[in-house]
Parts: sequence; structure tokens; C-alpha cells
Amino acid sequence: MAHAFLDNLPALQVVIPLLSAPLCLVLARWPRLVWTMCTLVTWTAFGIALALLQTVLAEGPVSYAMGGWAAPWGIEYRIDAVNAYVALIVTGIAAVVLPYAYRSVPLYIHGERVPLFYALLMLCFTGLLGMTVTGDAFNVFVFLEISSLSMYGLISQGRDRRSLTASFQYLVMGTIGGTFVLIGIGFLYVLTGTLNMADLAARLPDVTQVRTLHTAFAFIVVGIGLKLAMFPLHLWLPNAYAYAPSTATVFIASTATKVAVYILLRFVYTIMGPALFSEGIPYGQIAIVLAVMGLLTGSFVAIFQQNIKRMLAYSSIAQIGYILLGIGFASVLGLQAALLHLFNHALMKGALFMAVGCFVYRLGSMSIEDMAGVGRRMPWTFAAFVMGGLSLIGVPLTVGFVSKWYLVLAALQKGYWPLAVLILIGSLLAVVYIWRVVETAWFAKPSLRAAEVREAPLAMLIPTWILVLANIYFGVNTTMTVGVADLAARTLMESMR
Amino acid sequence: MLHHTVLRVVAKLLIPMILLFALYVQFHGDYSPGGGFQAGVIFAAGIILYALIFGLEDTMDALPPGVLKILSPLGVLIYAGVGVDTLLLGGNFLDYNFLAHEPTHGQHLGIFLVELGVGVTVFSTMLLLYYAFAGREPGQ
Amino acid sequence: MTVLHLYNYEIAIFLAMVGFYVVVSRGNLVKKVAGLSMFQTSVFILYISMGVVDGGTVPILVEGMTHYSNPVPHVLILTAIVVGVATTAVALSLIIRIKEAYGTVEEDEIHEQDKSF
Repeated sequence: MAHAFLDNLPALQVVIPLLSAPLCLVLARWPRLVWTMCTLVTWTAFGIALALLQTVLAEGPVSYAMGGWAAPWGIEYRIDAVNAYVALIVTGIAAVVLPYAYRSVPLYIHGERVPLFYALLMLCFTGLLGMTVTGDAFNVFVFLEISSLSMYGLISQGRDRRSLTASFQYLVMGTIGGTFVLIGIGFLYVLTGTLNMADLAARLPDVTQVRTLHTAFAFIVVGIGLKLAMFPLHLWLPNAYAYAPSTATVFIASTATKVAVYILLRFVYTIMGPALFSEGIPYGQIAIVLAVMGLLTGSFVAIFQQNIKRMLAYSSIAQIGYILLGIGFASVLGLQAALLHLFNHALMKGALFMAVGCFVYRLGSMSIEDMAGVGRRMPWTFAAFVMGGLSLIGVPLTVGFVSKWYLVLAALQKGYWPLAVLILIGSLLAVVYIWRVVETAWFAKPSLRAAEVREAPLAMLIPTWILVLANIYFGVNTTMTVGVADLAARTLMESMR
Repeated sequence: MLHHTVLRVVAKLLIPMILLFALYVQFHGDYSPGGGFQAGVIFAAGIILYALIFGLEDTMDALPPGVLKILSPLGVLIYAGVGVDTLLLGGNFLDYNFLAHEPTHGQHLGIFLVELGVGVTVFSTMLLLYYAFAGREPGQ
Repeated sequence: MTVLHLYNYEIAIFLAMVGFYVVVSRGNLVKKVAGLSMFQTSVFILYISMGVVDGGTVPILVEGMTHYSNPVPHVLILTAIVVGVATTAVALSLIIRIKEAYGTVEEDEIHEQDKSF
């Protein structure tokens, strides 16, 4: 039994959440049992991700043949430093979100629909994990759609009717993105006759039809770009984050875009990198331009938002800009910075959205004006928000500082010193929009609405503070994150040679 | 639709054939084109034809949404359960070779069970979709 | 010659662009979904046609046949079809909810009701 468990960790990483989703429906009569099961499932998944990361660090990449069919023919689950790291982020966030959901979900969803919400959440979790661990290009598409479809459902559950239009907007854009990825993968299959990622990477450099390869690259990058809200393709994101239920916002904001970034890295670096980058087309520079535009517009627009969740959503677009910037540098240091920011952004946005979820839980409003004076009534939540905000700005001793430090280093290493200045400007803009909230919530005269509220329930405060403390812990003790990100960046760059 | 005699007679003739064909596609799927997806859709189409002609209420009496809501996740559980079973028997996830004493029999049994799971889920989900759309009163 | 030889791609791309145009240009949400469906279906055709092997038969094991079409793209697209059905179902159910909440399925009228959108 234990043997069967340990040998099959890569499969179980996906299968356990997958099993839990239909079980949510079977056990629908006992909502509490459903919640307990889902929480245990996410904790187990987190444990498996930790074990896998340890194995990868000790013994190198793990390969798992689904159904016993060997790699190029069957579906292979292949885990190296990069996706073990991403799986850790996804499962870690899920393990904190589920306890938070217990009190937060009933605010939005009632009665017999609660188990359905958890089923969607688990399906989304399955899809994201599947995308992360699989080593098969078509499998990526399947899991991408599983996670996207469940995300549309999750987003549409908000209280405001605008959640419906937000969900529909995301559905249209997400489906176009997913279909683009499908077309791209189809072209890769036509070129090589294989769908296995490692096999694709080995065969693509011999391909003579470079134009088809470029077309495939364009389709895949635009498709994934839609999913990760790359700058000009980000239009779905603000509304989707703003009107979704708090639990869904926290989960989607801290995991979905991260996994999309991972898929981008995988396709661009591991699979198509060796074949494409000998061409001399400045893909890196294009990515840097888009990243900087996203970074500045995202931060700038965030300053003028009246809705606090929308503000954080625009800030997310800016943070994705930072990640893309690191990817665009196409150096080990740049990738390391991008991967670090992947982890750190999940922590800080998770903490911020959780704190905002607590405010919304008591206030029943997302507008910054209504938050006047609420900080004094909910000091713990407010402190969590401030800590998350400091991390977002990049104050030393928080995770935000670590990734921005590495990003600046990577920019200087490449000699792009104006970019280092732009990164600092982005941080200053973050000071402005975070300060706006702090000023209203702490210094402004309490509004009538704010005068009545109490501190958020413990079941929501504890998960929030776990993430806040993680923000500080990984900001001080950087050995684990920096080390793994370095190894992952090297793994990605090695495949380029 | 009660007075459409031609429709009712033709439907009564056709529906058993459709259901039988669905079962053929389901159980012959490991030898010829077919399998759970197709069979599930065809089976559901037969029932939906019944619902179109004889009314939604009668159909819901025969196949209550509550039952379908259990069947739909059950199919997924059958699929994943086969996989977990192979894990416990010492193989990889969904490695059918371990299901029986002989690998060929194992493959046979495995694909049969998995397709059964797929069929059950697809059938009940398609029908649930139909119920959800058709059974919704305007303004509800 | 090569232009005619690749006609399957041309049909797929034509259909994809027609679907895409409908998604972009129509304000009616149901029409948008129809366009989206068409866009997805064109990709199915792209995949299915790429599995053709000249002179190959249907990939069923029959005696005397050794030359088969490639069944892998067909199997792949079966999954994509299911995804397409699911997407359409989710989209239509969202439209029903939107209709109930706003009383319309026209995009510009919805925008008018929610100024912030």
C-alpha cells in the first residue's frame, strides 16, 4: 500500500484532486464533509508536491508513464525542478485557501450549491496541477480547458450581476486562447509526429519547415498570453478578479496566471527554444517591451480604481509584467528572477486578496470609499493588508524585495539600466495605490458602515496571516526559494543549448 | 404534442433502436469505432427524442434528475477507480495489464470498464444539460 | 499546385476566420457563442484532415489491410469536441443568467446598464 503510494506520486498529484471533484457531488448532502474532504485533499496534494520537489532535488527529474505506456507513445508525466516548484506554489496556495473558504464561501453561495462550488474549485485545482506536471503537449490543452471551464463557473458565482458578464467575457477570450494553443500544438504535431514534450524538443531542431514552426510559436504564445493576461491581452482579468467570490479570486489570482507562465516557459524554452532562437528574431526584446508597457499601465491604472479588488487586479497585470520582464532577459539570472517573482507574487497577492476578502466579508462592499476608517475596527485584517502591500511594493525583509532585487540585478547584468529604473518606478506607483487604501482605511473618519463592523472571523484571519508570515519568512530566509529558482532557471536554459 | 400520431408512432419505433445502437457502440467499442463518448451521446439523444415528443415531465419521472446527478460523478469515479485499482495491484495508474492474470485480458477488462465509466458520465451529463435548459421556466 | 494541395488548411482557416469575425463583430451574445463554436469546429477539421494518409483506409484492424490513416488526431479531437460541447453549454447557461439579470442579451445594452463595465 505504502509502496503503491510512493511509486505513483506524480500520478496521485493529479488523481487525488480529480477524484475529490466527483466525490463532492456524491457527498453533496453533507456540505461540511465535502469541505473537510477538500481541505484534506489539498493538504495531501501539498505533501505530495513537497515530496516530489525533494525527490527532484535529490535525484533529478522524475518520469512517470501513464498506463504503463512508455514515453514517446504514452502520456508521460515529467517532473523537473521547474514544475515541481510551480506545483508547490499551486498546492501551497490551495492548502491555505480551503480553510479560508469555510467562512468566506457562504457569503456568496448558499445551501445545496456549496458542494458544487467546491467541486468546481477542485476541478480547477486538478486542471492547474495537471498542466503543471504533464509532459505531453496535448495533455496541457486538456487540463487547460478543465481549469478554464471550472474557472468560468467559479467567477460567475459572485453576488454582483457583473460577475456573469465578467465570466462570459473571460469565457470568450479564454476559449479563443485555448483554441489558439490547440492550433499551435496541432502544427507541432504535423511537423514532428509526436506530442511528448521531450520528444518534441529533440525533433524540432531538425525541422526544415521553419515557417510552420513560427506560426505554431505565434499561436501558442498568443493563446497562452490570453490566459496569463500578458499586457495587450489582459482585458478579461480586472472584471473577472473583481466580481468573483473572494475564495475564487484568491485562488485564481495566485495560481492560474502562474501556471500559465509556467506553460509559456515550457513551450518557449524547453520545447521550441532550441529550434527557434538560432533564427535571430528578437523575441526577448518584444517580451521586454510588452512587459514594460504592462508594468506601467497596470500600476498606473490601479491608482485610479474605486473598487479595491479591481485595483489589486490591475496591480496583478503589472506584476505579470515583472515576471515577463525576467523571461524576456533570456538569461539564467532573469529567469531566476521571474521564477522567484512567480512564487512571491502568489504569496503577496494571496495575502492581499485574502485581507480584502475579510474586509468585504464584514463591510459587504468593495469600494475604497466605504472602507473609510475600517482599519481601526479590524486591526488584524488591516495589518495583514499593510504587510501584503509592503511586500507588493518591495520593502526589504519581505518577499517582494527579493524578487525585485534579482530582477534589477538581471537588468544590470544585461546592461539594461533604464529598465532597472522602470522597475523602481513601478514600485513607486505601487506605493501610491497601496497608500491610498491605507490612508482611507486608517486615517479617514469612519463611515457609518465601517463603524458597525467587527474583526473578521478567525477562520479567515488565520489563513491570511499564514500567507503574511510566509511573505516575511521567505523574505528573510531566501535559501529555499532562491536555490530552487536558480536550479529551475538553469534547467530551462540548459535545454536551449 | 399529444395529437401528433405519426411522430409518436415513429418515435416509438425509433427510440428502442437508438438505445440498442448506443449499447452496441458502447460494448463493441474495443473492436470497432465507438466507445463511451459516442454511446453516451447516442443514448442521451434517444431519451431527448422521447422528451421532445412525450414531454419533459414523463421523462423526468422515468429518469429523475436526482439519479442523473449521482450517475454523472459515478462514471468519473468508475474511470478513476480503475486507475486506483491498478495502482493498488502494483502497476502504474491505468495500467490495465495488472487487472487480470493475463495482460491481454487485463487490457480488455480495463478498456471495457473505463469506457463504461465514460459512457455513464457522458449520457447523464448530456441529459442533465438538456433538463437544465429545457426545464427552466422563463423568468425563474 | 501547392495551393490546391493544401486545401484542407485553407478551408479550416476560412472557417476559423468566419467564426472569429462573428465573435468580434456581433453584439448578440448567442451569436457570439455560435461564432465561437464555429471557430472551434474549424480546428477539429484541421486536426482530422491532418491524419489522412494517402491511400490509407479507416484505421480498423481488418485482414489484408496494412495501410491505415493516422488515428491519433481523431482521438485527440474527440477530447477537443467534448471541450467544445462543455464550453458551449457553459456559455449558453451564462447567457440565460445574463438574460435574467439584465433582461437583454445585446452587449451594448448590457454595457449601458453597467456604466463601469
